[in-house]
Amino acid sequence: MATEALPPLAEPFADRRQQRTADELGIWLYMATEIMMFGALFLGLALYRVTWPAATAEASRHLLKWIGAANTAVLLTSSLTMALAVLAARADRQGRCVLLLLATAALGLAFLGIKAYEYHDEYTQGLMPFAGPGFPLQERGTELFFDLYYLGTGLHALHLAVGIVLVGGLALRLLVDRALLPDRAVTVAVIGIFWHLIDIVWIFLFPVLYLVAR
Amino acid sequence: MALAPVELWPASASAYAREIDRLIWSYTGLILFLAVPIIACLVVFAIRYRRGSDADRSNPPVHGLRLELAWTGLPFLATLVFYFWAADLYSRQWVPPKDTLDIAIVAEQWMFKAEHPGGQREIDELHVPAGRPVRLVMTSQDVIHSFYLPALRLKQDVLPGRYTTLWFEADTPGTYALRCAEYCGSEHSAMGGRFVVLSPKDYAAWLATFSVDRTLAQEGEALFRRLGCSGCHGARSVARAPSLAGISGKPQPLADGSIVIADEQYVRDSILQPKRQVVAGFAPIMPSFEGQIGEEDLVRLVAYVKSLADASAEAAPPGAAVEPPR
Amino acid sequence: MSIASADLAFAPAGEQQPSYLSAGHSLRSWLLSTDHKRVAVLYLVSVTGFFFLGAIAAALIRLELITPAGDLVSDDTYDKLFTLHGVIMVWFFLIPSIPATFGNFLIPLMIGATDLAFPRLNLLSWYIYVLGGLFTAYVLLAGGVDTGWTFYTPFSSLFSNTHVVAAACGIVVVGFSSILTGLNFIVTIHTLRAPGMTWFRLPIFCWSHYATSVILVLATPVLAMTLLLVVAERVLGLGIFDPNKGGDPLLFQHLFWFYSHPAVYIMILPGMGVVTELVTAFAKKRVFSYAWVAFASIAIAFIGFLVWAHHMFVAGMSLYAGLVFSFMSFAVAVPSAIKVYNWTATLYKGRVSLDAPLLYALGFIGLFVIGGLTGLFLASLAVDVHVHDTYFVVAHFHFIMVGATVHAYFGALHFWWPKMIGRLYPEGWAKAAALLAFFGFLVTFFPQFILGYAGMPRRYHAYPPEFQVLHMISSGGAGVLGLAYLLPFLYLLWSLRWGAPAGDNPWGAAGLEWRTTSPPPRWNFAARPVVTWEAYPYQDMPKPEAARGD
Ligand code: HEA
Ligand code: HEA
Ligand code: HEC
Ligand code: CUA
Ligand SMILES: [Cu+2]
Repeated sequence: MATEALPPLAEPFADRRQQRTADELGIWLYMATEIMMFGALFLGLALYRVTWPAATAEASRHLLKWIGAANTAVLLTSSLTMALAVLAARADRQGRCVLLLLATAALGLAFLGIKAYEYHDEYTQGLMPFAGPGFPLQERGTELFFDLYYLGTGLHALHLAVGIVLVGGLALRLLVDRALLPDRAVTVAVIGIFWHLIDIVWIFLFPVLYLVAR
Repeated sequence: MALAPVELWPASASAYAREIDRLIWSYTGLILFLAVPIIACLVVFAIRYRRGSDADRSNPPVHGLRLELAWTGLPFLATLVFYFWAADLYSRQWVPPKDTLDIAIVAEQWMFKAEHPGGQREIDELHVPAGRPVRLVMTSQDVIHSFYLPALRLKQDVLPGRYTTLWFEADTPGTYALRCAEYCGSEHSAMGGRFVVLSPKDYAAWLATFSVDRTLAQEGEALFRRLGCSGCHGARSVARAPSLAGISGKPQPLADGSIVIADEQYVRDSILQPKRQVVAGFAPIMPSFEGQIGEEDLVRLVAYVKSLADASAEAAPPGAAVEPPR
Repeated sequence: MSIASADLAFAPAGEQQPSYLSAGHSLRSWLLSTDHKRVAVLYLVSVTGFFFLGAIAAALIRLELITPAGDLVSDDTYDKLFTLHGVIMVWFFLIPSIPATFGNFLIPLMIGATDLAFPRLNLLSWYIYVLGGLFTAYVLLAGGVDTGWTFYTPFSSLFSNTHVVAAACGIVVVGFSSILTGLNFIVTIHTLRAPGMTWFRLPIFCWSHYATSVILVLATPVLAMTLLLVVAERVLGLGIFDPNKGGDPLLFQHLFWFYSHPAVYIMILPGMGVVTELVTAFAKKRVFSYAWVAFASIAIAFIGFLVWAHHMFVAGMSLYAGLVFSFMSFAVAVPSAIKVYNWTATLYKGRVSLDAPLLYALGFIGLFVIGGLTGLFLASLAVDVHVHDTYFVVAHFHFIMVGATVHAYFGALHFWWPKMIGRLYPEGWAKAAALLAFFGFLVTFFPQFILGYAGMPRRYHAYPPEFQVLHMISSGGAGVLGLAYLLPFLYLLWSLRWGAPAGDNPWGAAGLEWRTTSPPPRWNFAARPVVTWEAYPYQDMPKPEAARGD
């Protein structure tokens, strides 16, 4: 193109620092969006917990607490490895960074595996109001709880899947192109923030869903 | 094609409606008082200071704290008068007086059914006596509708799964409009009919034109037997269930320590979701009647339970129902 | 401090840089361009297309309402018409209208940047918009949707048997396009301001787009989730809003309005930004009380989040909630009042040229005042009980959305048209169109206030005969209004080819966007701008009489 020769400034950014601020601000704003989106679900959960306290407790009792707890541990560990990966990227330790990213993605996959087992278990018990054998709980409001449970955890799992693709893809790119760091450390940091968000959403989902009834 | 005469102002059939009209007129006055100067200034400035005019432009102001505070604060305070006026009317509309005539409204796509206490039923019409507070207890069998009486300047959404209420006291006999104001599907614009205010005498005569053998409460009583409620709540029942006599409108202590007023909504909930609000001192053994009783039968059962309150008052020694003067 | 006219220009001296329009003429060069100016033009074209779709629906609505009987179209068709009209006008026209076209085009120019912070994301949002549009086109072709633009449950979730799922998905998709645009604007304004362009030197247009973007980013996801719940209810049979399963239909209304009330400020704030630019540029005077006007935008965005339930005064809410939300709705009027009074004061002792953009701006202010003040009627509890869901509400929001925002949109189109394409539009025709739009508008929508108070509910396909005269007047006005919208379309197209060359700064306006060539080069400025003056430095500029040679 004719203009290509002329541009006085090729990028919208004047320097790297400006670009890093922009990337980080961008991801934080995106996080705000996500939080508002999950916020609507949490509002639903809160409302129905007040409207149907007994049913919510009853339904919650049918969730497998130990699985939820195990998954919480898995996800928290993955957040740790992710945070370490960001540090490694900043310190320009490429190999270490790749390993940590792969560990993070693997932990994410483990979470999804455990979750799939849990869904399957619920499916066989008929606890999926929209699929499988008849819903066993009679009390009004229990179904609502399970609806919100599947929406919340399903959407969370979807985010996690996206996160795994991002983290895994990043690890591969770092493997192939060794010259990316430390300039693109900001990319690792941005994906890291996304990963932590997924973790935080789960930290809220877990007690609200699994720990309603003592 | 002949055009119908224009209706620029709705008829009004109650003191409340006339007060809303007064409110609107004063409000319009204020709005004009706020809007006209702005529009006038825009026009005057645009012409006076048009390019090339030799108007005085020395020392053009660029800001002014006092001015800002004045032109935001004063209009705001002025409009607040109307906030309070309108809020006051709305709050008064919230608390019905004692001794209302209660009429049940059941809405469905696309009609309003009214059930009078005497058992009279009408569709897409509502007849009420003038000079007597009327309270509508409304619910819907399908989607959300809205019961709109323009002549009273009142409307209330009618929701599925719960009761909403609306009360009024019409004072001018006549025939007015009744419309559905919440979009509810294909025949939304055809939903509605007449709202007829009758003098008390005419109202009595109108009621008498129906050949009903049972009042709403009596129909409810029959249902109460047929559905087996009396098996537990009856005087000689074996199951331990609370007596329903006299509960209506009274505070009920619940098992979780809270206290609720036993209004229509409460009675309805007690029948459909008995486990949600368990009466203190009783075991939650009452089965749910969810899905077994239609909205109209529920209305009858509720009327019956309400009538038990009156009955107990009548059964008490004369005078006891009246509060002694303090 | 006085500025010599040479300092004012960051236009290339000597040899001319090619404009963004000449950087390739193939379709590909448009569809794959990440240039914010080209993306803005893509939006301009698609948004205009949707505007005409929505307007055709409006024309059919008005034709149907000429007679009381429902004789032109069937009741179901009518329901689909107003739903489509509302959905298209709100999400596919008005929300993207000013931000995605003029915001996109101008924000980098106004702050002295070469592009938005994330140019590829910007192009992506346009594609997402188009994808959402395809959903809507599918809905249109497949037979429509009849829920009203508000999608109230349980009608939309359990009873409607039209294409609710596709329509809702289209809106969710287009919502993500808005979110990304808003995110891009915020980051751009934070990070890419030219040296010397401090926050308080930003044009008000940027402040109002900043406020708009905050709402886009924070409110739109709630709508997405809400509509997805409706979709889940229809597709999977979930029961979140289903009263038969213990769900609460009012939860839907709360969630919907939690988005949709802030959304009405998404629709007005950019228009307010435009009007501020127009008023200062045509009064040749700094905006009165810059800081108040700037912060008023932020205040509107903030308080706007706290008033949503004023749409639900008769829905079965508690008395206490009603009292609070009514009060907050009065409070949100205060920052709007600040803007109106300061625009008026800006004209005082100005040097006013009554060109078409200013005529549109004045129309905006007048109609916004009426629309806004009738909003206060609606915010008053007992009044709203009577006029809720009547034509009074229809009149209120058309006064603001059409009378104000659409006027601002046309004002912006005329004002920045010379910058966008480098040619002038025919001023005489434009003035005629502006006047026609103003009076056509009043004839169309003023009678609807009376209709509403007289008790005419909205979304009525057939109506009692006593309302006919007013409806006929309204339909007649709509014909005039339609003409007034068609005219600019024609003469702007004409000017693409035959318009007189505009020059860099035909209006003698002060913004940075006027200090480069028209149309601007690919990277906006020949040299990186350095800003050393306050916003709107008209008092220091060469006399405007000299700047425009007509
Ligand atoms: C761009 C769109 C837009 C904007 C900016 C507004 C602005 C306002 N709106 Fe409006 N509104 C809508 C679009 C909009 N609205 C739509 C689409 C609906 C219907 C939705 C549906 O049901 O389909 C609606 C419905 C609606 C309702 C619900 C009606 C009902 O359904 O019963 C209410 C109730 O409070 C309301 C109030 C207000 C208020 C108080 C403002 C305020 O922000 C207005 C502030 C402005 C002014 C007050 C004027 C300027 C100020 C002065 C002249 C100075 C003097 C005044 C004071 C200091 C007080 N609006
Ligand atoms: C952004 C917003 C926007 C815009 C620009 C408009 C523009 C217009 N709107 Fe719209 N409107 C809405 C947003 C908007 N509207 C919304 C959100 C609703 C609520 C929907 C709902 O209830 O769900 C609504 C509802 C609505 C109704 C109420 C329907 C009902 O409740 O039954 C009416 C009725 O008059 C109407 C009319 C118009 C008209 C005349 C225009 C005009 O400005 C358009 C001008 C253009 C033309 C008129 C077409 C071109 C002209 C011709 C082809 C000539 C021939 C025409 C005639 C002779 C009439 N609109
Ligand atoms: C198996 C016995 C049983 C049957 C049948 C039964 N109830 Fe009950 N009902 C109870 C018991 C026990 C309670 C108190 C505990 C509770 O609130 O759940 C109760 C409570 C109530 C209350 C609340 C009373 C209060 O004091 O607040 C109402 C109203 C009521 N029932 C109405 C009905 C109606 C109407 C029917 C029939 C359609 C019915 N019941 C059938 C056992 C029964
Ligand atoms: Cu029923 Cu509208
Ligand atoms: Cu609102």
